[in-house]
Amino acid sequence: MLKDVTLGQYYPADSVIHRLDPRVKLAGTLLYLISLFLFQGPLALATATVFLILLITLSKVPFSYIVKGLRTIIIILIVTAAMNLFFTTGTVIVQFGIFKLTYEGIQMAILMMIRLVYLILGTSLMTLTTTPNQLTDGLEKGLRWMKKIGVPVHEIAMMMSIALRFIPILTEETDKIMKAQMARGADFQSGGLIKRAKAMIPLLVPLFVSAFRRANDLAMAMEARCYHGGDGRTKMKPLRYTAADRNAYLLLFSYFVAMIALSLLWTKVLGGGKLFF
Amino acid sequence: MSIIVNELNYIYNPGTAMEVQALRDINLEIKDGEFIGIIGHTGSGKSTLIQHLNGLIRATSGGIFYNGADIYDEGYDLRTLRTKVGLVFQYPEHQLFETTVMADVSYGPKNQGLDEKEATLRAVGSLNAVHFPEKHFYDSPFELSGGQKRRVAIAGVLAMKPEVLILDEPTAGLDPQGRDEILEMVSNLRSTQHITVILVSHSMEDVARYVDRLIVMNGGGVMYDDTPQAVFAHYKELEEVGLMAPQVTYVMHALAEAGIPVRTGATTVAEAKDEILSVLC
Amino acid sequence: MDQFIKARNVTFEYIRRDDDGNVEGIETALDKVDLDVKAGDFIAILGANGSGKSTLAKHINALLTPESGYLIVDGKDTHNKDHTLAIRQTAGMVFQNPDNQIIASIVEEDVGFGPENIGVPTDEIWTRVEKSLRSVGMYHYRHHSPNRLSGGQKQRVAIAGVMAMKPKCIILDEPTAMLDPIGRQEVLSAVRELNKKNGITVILITHYMEETIHANRIFVMESGKVIMQGKPREIFSRVEELKDHHLAVPQVTELAWELKQSGLSLPDGILTKEELISELCRLS
Repeated sequence: MLKDVTLGQYYPADSVIHRLDPRVKLAGTLLYLISLFLFQGPLALATATVFLILLITLSKVPFSYIVKGLRTIIIILIVTAAMNLFFTTGTVIVQFGIFKLTYEGIQMAILMMIRLVYLILGTSLMTLTTTPNQLTDGLEKGLRWMKKIGVPVHEIAMMMSIALRFIPILTEETDKIMKAQMARGADFQSGGLIKRAKAMIPLLVPLFVSAFRRANDLAMAMEARCYHGGDGRTKMKPLRYTAADRNAYLLLFSYFVAMIALSLLWTKVLGGGKLFF
Repeated sequence: MSIIVNELNYIYNPGTAMEVQALRDINLEIKDGEFIGIIGHTGSGKSTLIQHLNGLIRATSGGIFYNGADIYDEGYDLRTLRTKVGLVFQYPEHQLFETTVMADVSYGPKNQGLDEKEATLRAVGSLNAVHFPEKHFYDSPFELSGGQKRRVAIAGVLAMKPEVLILDEPTAGLDPQGRDEILEMVSNLRSTQHITVILVSHSMEDVARYVDRLIVMNGGGVMYDDTPQAVFAHYKELEEVGLMAPQVTYVMHALAEAGIPVRTGATTVAEAKDEILSVLC
Repeated sequence: MDQFIKARNVTFEYIRRDDDGNVEGIETALDKVDLDVKAGDFIAILGANGSGKSTLAKHINALLTPESGYLIVDGKDTHNKDHTLAIRQTAGMVFQNPDNQIIASIVEEDVGFGPENIGVPTDEIWTRVEKSLRSVGMYHYRHHSPNRLSGGQKQRVAIAGVMAMKPKCIILDEPTAMLDPIGRQEVLSAVRELNKKNGITVILITHYMEETIHANRIFVMESGKVIMQGKPREIFSRVEELKDHHLAVPQVTELAWELKQSGLSLPDGILTKEELISELCRLS
């Protein structure tokens, strides 16, 4: 029931992208997202597209597998497109009551769709090629400077990795409790909102009880294995930049500069409009 | 009254790389009043099978008939079926959620549509049936001992007055005393309340002591379906699939091999003792 | 051989309080327990749920400290907070629920968790992880997610996680209670192997009597007290007493005892099938 969410789950493969330091991938994702919302004009759009296709090809994750992840957010895409389609002011093409279909609306809707799809593809490429543990390691080391201003970076990273470890366990447990209550005649499907919300109590209470019990057990098990916070800890898999990581940073930087340059070229030199037509 | 399982197949994640056939070609008839044991190692399909019997999982192909009616018929009331075929999951105490024992046990009857008074009556009846002490009826279920919690959880299913009671490893994690108490209680329920009992277990010693009919599952299929004595005669084949006969069965076979003319069918300590004494004395 | 654990008069009480913090009741979990374990021993602690055996285990790992009395592990008093980490490193602990003690999402990373905590250098963590995974036969699974393993395999990973800290002793608190028979076999043979080959002191807490046959010494607990102790054969010959304390006797021992009660002249405390067969053949 709950196991069908595949969006962004780690896809094991041996590729250049998989081997990159997670800090590079985190920074790269951030930079790519910024570039998506900064770019203007068809030249930059083409560059962003080529860049994404290049990365996906390098990652060895099948294209169909990545696209499959988009299915889960199709509703969000449709709603966003519809909002842009009908609520953008401009030259009216057709009008149904209060809904006006405008030329600008069509442009805006297409642009937003592209941005959202690229955004999802870009971020899921990161999670598809980085194990949750690498990700938290990357965050812990990448954000280490924040420790100086009092942010408990190690603790947050530890919490994240434990949460990731327990998500599948608690998912399975939810499934089991749900079935156990259904065996006692529970009905999670029918009735109005209030009735359905009330029907969740027999599911949520045991789930919380179990989560607390597990947390308690886990805390004790960690203590028994000499866990005492981040001080004096060593790493089994410390993060170290390699030549490939340096090249990747260089590529990212070039991409970002190119995006800015091409956007400026379009708006300032070629005198193109804000949008891509 | 009976449950008939006909050519049942169940496949997890069909059509994907993770496709697993969890059940294959299961045919069974479970008659009224039987005491059946199901054994098989983890992943043999026993838990999947019992969840089919009350309609929690829908088969990929094949059918299940409860008292002659096809439970996959359109309009068949699966919620009522679940009250007739009561299923107690493994570690059932993990499903307790109410503030008092009484309220928790009344949950099932209330879902059946009974009013407060009727539900309370049912709860009292089933709590008595599992020998739960009356002075704790209004305590929080979360403050009871492990064994007591389990009784409350079983009572929660019994309160729906099922005709068939299925228990998935009801003794897991209990100590020997708790284990014996629960099994004795189940055995009593069967004789006093005339319900059909299906006991899923890892313990060969336990099933040998209680059940009349033993179903061995392996690789999603039924490997043996016979009396415990007949099944444990295949102790060598059972070992090949990672199961074991009760210790006494091995003793009897070893004695026979050593030249002492005992019959090897004993599956409990009492049977073995009688047999050895009859030969040696 | 030298004394590894020495407990004297260890007493521990759980105090239950109501919502206002008033004392509602006191449960004595351990009542003046004495325990002596030599280095390299295989000790079994038997008892029903609530007999205090888990509380005792947590004392050996310094997760709990005695309210009165004292407990010395490898020459270090558990009361002394400066010794806590050293004690936990030298006397590692494996718990009952396999899921709730695995911290990382990959087997090898979980085994590395203990060494990371005590500051072992990276290169040495890798050699330790490999060695400990091999010692429990789980090296092949090092890249797996714990969620895909069976219960017995998860417990073996947990044992490897303790072994990677190079302990002298492992305490196992009902490690097999949630496992199927195959899983139980896996865990027990891994533990026996560590005891025999690596000389690790083992303290096995269980309520399955048949798991204690290979122990050097058995302690039986009830209501926070040690009520019986001795070699397996001595303990197993007291069938009636064990039954009074609601402990299940293995079928072979029970059968031998029943036959003896019925007049066959069998010795006390038969532990294995082979012993019983040869005794019966002698009689026929």
